[in-house]
Amino acid sequence: MTHLAVSKTYKLFIGGAFPRSESGRTYQARDNKGNFMANAALASRKDLRDAVVAARKGYAAWSKATTYNRGQVIYRIAEMLEGRRTEFIELIMISTGASSKEAAEEVDTSIDRHVHYAGWTDKLAAVLGSANPVSSPHFSYSAPEATGVVGILAPTGSPLLGLISVIAPVITGGNACVVIAAESDPCVAMTFAEVAATSDVPAGVINILTGRISELAPHLAAHADVNALDLTGTSVELRKALEQAAAETVKRVYVPKGVPDFMVAPGTARLRSFLEIKTVWHPTGALSLSGGSSY
Amino acid sequence: MKWEYSPAPESRAIADIKDRYMPFIDGAFKEGGGEDRDTINPGTGERLSTVSTVNAEDIDRAVTAARRAYQNVWSTMPGAERGKYLFRIARAIAERSRELAVVETLDNGKPIKETRDFDVPAAAQHFFYHAGWADKLQHLGLGRAPQPLGVAGQVIPWNFPLLMAAWKIAPALAAGNTVVIKPAETTPLSILVLAEIIADAELPPGVVNIITGAGDVGSTLVNHLGIDKVAFTGSTAVGRRIQRELAGTGRKITLELGGKGANIVFEDAAQDQAVEGIINGIFFNQGQVCCAGSRLLLQESIADEFVERLKQRVETLRVGDPMDKNTDVGAINSEAQLSRITALMDAGIAEGAELWSSSCPLPKNGFYLSPSIFTSATPSMRIAREEIFGPVLTTMTFRTPDEAVTKANNSPYGLSAGVWTEKGSRAMGMAAALRAGVIWDNTFNRFDPAASFGGYKESGFGREGGPSGLAAYLDTDDEAVAQ
Repeated sequence: MTHLAVSKTYKLFIGGAFPRSESGRTYQARDNKGNFMANAALASRKDLRDAVVAARKGYAAWSKATTYNRGQVIYRIAEMLEGRRTEFIELIMISTGASSKEAAEEVDTSIDRHVHYAGWTDKLAAVLGSANPVSSPHFSYSAPEATGVVGILAPTGSPLLGLISVIAPVITGGNACVVIAAESDPCVAMTFAEVAATSDVPAGVINILTGRISELAPHLAAHADVNALDLTGTSVELRKALEQAAAETVKRVYVPKGVPDFMVAPGTARLRSFLEIKTVWHPTGALSLSGGSSY
Repeated sequence: MKWEYSPAPESRAIADIKDRYMPFIDGAFKEGGGEDRDTINPGTGERLSTVSTVNAEDIDRAVTAARRAYQNVWSTMPGAERGKYLFRIARAIAERSRELAVVETLDNGKPIKETRDFDVPAAAQHFFYHAGWADKLQHLGLGRAPQPLGVAGQVIPWNFPLLMAAWKIAPALAAGNTVVIKPAETTPLSILVLAEIIADAELPPGVVNIITGAGDVGSTLVNHLGIDKVAFTGSTAVGRRIQRELAGTGRKITLELGGKGANIVFEDAAQDQAVEGIINGIFFNQGQVCCAGSRLLLQESIADEFVERLKQRVETLRVGDPMDKNTDVGAINSEAQLSRITALMDAGIAEGAELWSSSCPLPKNGFYLSPSIFTSATPSMRIAREEIFGPVLTTMTFRTPDEAVTKANNSPYGLSAGVWTEKGSRAMGMAAALRAGVIWDNTFNRFDPAASFGGYKESGFGREGGPSGLAAYLDTDDEAVAQ
C-alpha cells in the first residue's frame, strides 16, 4: 500500500501560538517550477496588530531576561536548527531550486549565525557602553538597551539565511519582533517558526506573519507601538512611503545600502540599529572615598 | 525672613554688540541675500542687533564651500591636525568666555550666572573633548578606519545657542566632516562670535559655514541634495517633518527632540536635596530645556509636605534681569514662546489642575513669567503630556515604585528622568526600568561631553557626546553587500 502524504497546513506564528489568519484567507505557495507546494495564511491587518500586542508582551519578558539566558536561548535555536537540518535542506531545494550543496551551505551558515549571535548578548554592553569620565563628582555610565518592538520585512532570496539574518541581531539586543516573511517563501519561514517555538524563546519575542508585504507593511510602519523598522525586504519603491509613515512616531529605521550578502559574517550595524544608549548619573559626593577613581 | 539684594549687574560693554551681523560662508562674513532680521534682547524686549539672513543661493554657496573643503582639505588632513584646530577653538572660547557669556545672556535672556558657569565653559569643553578623538577614531570599535560622511547640515535651537553649536560642530569636525549650520532666528549672535573665533583659529575656509535665518532656511538646508548628514535639535513636530522629508534618501539623521521628563521622589529621599534638584530640573534656563524634569511624581505619603517645601523654596528664587549676577530665573526667550507657555497653562487651569505661582515681582519690560507649579494634575491632562518648555512644573502622585515606573514611562517621549531615593538598589532598579536616554539619580541636568545624551521613542534618535556621539558622524554600516 502506498502512503498518501499528509500535507502540512502553514499558519501564522503569534505570541508563541500558531493561529490561522483571523481573516480566514490563504494563498498558495509555489516551488521554483511553479507547482503547488502548500497553502499559507494570508495575514490581515488585524493579525498584524495582534502580533504587535504579542511582541510588546514578549519584549517585557525578553528585555528583562539575563544576557546569559538570552545567549543560551539563541544557542538553543542553533541546536534545534541542527536537528532539523535535513528537513530545511529539502525544503529550500524544493522552494528555490537550489542544489543540495547550496541548500546545505545556507542551512549550515544559518546555524553558525545563531552561534555567533548567542555569544554577543553578554558583550554588547562592554563593546558599546562606557564608563564616562565626567568632570564633576558623579559616577556616570552609558549602556545599550533594547529599542523595543521591531517590525521586520524579511528579504527574498535565501529563505532561511535571509530570515534569520534579520531576526537574530534584533533579538540578540533584547528586542521583540514582528516579521513579515518573504511572500514567496512562507513554508521555510513557518518551519523556522516551529524551531523558534521549541527553543525556549519566550512567547511573543518572535512573531512571523505570511502574506502580502504591500498590504501589511504600511500598517506595520505606521503602528504607534512599533519602535523600529528593518526595511531589508522591501522594494525601493515601497521604501519611501514606509519611511514616511515611520516618521510619524519617530521610528528608528534600518535600510541596507544595497542587497546584503548574508553569507559573509555580519558586522555590528544591525545590532547597533536596534539598541538605545542609556546614560545614568549618580553623585559620588565632592570627596570621593574611592581615591579618585569613582567613574 | 526677608532677603534683600542690591542689584549686581554684569557690564554689557565686554560684549561689544555690533549693530549688524552677517552670515559666515566659506571663511568670510558676507552679506546674505535674504531679508534683515532684528534680534531682540528678551530681558528688555528691545532690539539688540540686526542680522543679515541668507537666501537659497547663499545656502548653495555654503554647501558648495563645505563640499570643497571636505574633499580638498578636511577629509584628507591627518586626524591629529584636525584635532589641533579643535583644541585651538576650545582655548579661544575659554579666552573670550566672559564676552560670550554676556552676548549669550543679552540675546537669549538666560541668567548670566548660567551662561558664565555653564553654557560657555561647557561649549569650550566640548571642543576640547572632541579634539582628542580626531586621531583616535580607530579606537571607537567601529572598524580600523571609520570614514566621515561628508557635509553635515545642522539646525540648532535657541535654548542653548552656543552650547548646541559646540555639540554639533565639534563631533562633526573631529570625525572629518565639514558643516553648514543654522542657528535659531532668535539667538544668532553667540555662534557668529564663535565664527570669529573659528576664523581667528585659521580653520580652512568652508569647513564651518554658518547661515542665518528662520525655519525656511533650515528646511532648505536639510533638504539640500549636497548634504550627506542631517543633525537637528528642536521640537518633535519639526523633527518628525524632517524625518518624513528625508524618507528614501538614505541620508543619516540624528534627531534630538522634545521631552516630558519625570522627576520621581520617593518617601525615603533626602528632601532638602530633592527640592534643590527638582528646582534645578524645571527652572534651570527658565525650563526651556528639552530634558527638563517637567513632571514631578511624588510618593503619596510625602506629597503634601514636599509641595509645601518646594513652594517655600521657589518663593526665594530671584526672577528678573538676566544680566544681574544674583538672578536665578531670567527672561523667556521670546514673546512667541511666552504665549505658547501661557496658552498651555490656561489649558491646565481649564482642565482642572491647581496653579500656584511665585509671588516674586517681575520686571515691567521684557518677557517674564513667575515660576509656577501645577498640583492635582492627572496623566491625561495636556500639562502632563505636552512639553511646556517653560518654568512650569506639573505635579502628580504615586503609591508604589511600579506605579511610578508606569506613570513615568506613560509618554511618547523618552529623553530624561530623575529618581530621588536614599536606597541604592532602588535608584539603580529605577534607572533600569525607566525608558529614557538619560537618568539622573539624586541629581538632575548634568551634562558632560564624555557622557552620551539623546532620547528614546519620540524624543529622537542618535546620540551626542561620548563615543556613540561620534558614531553619528561616521559611516558605520559594516554589512557586506552582494554584487
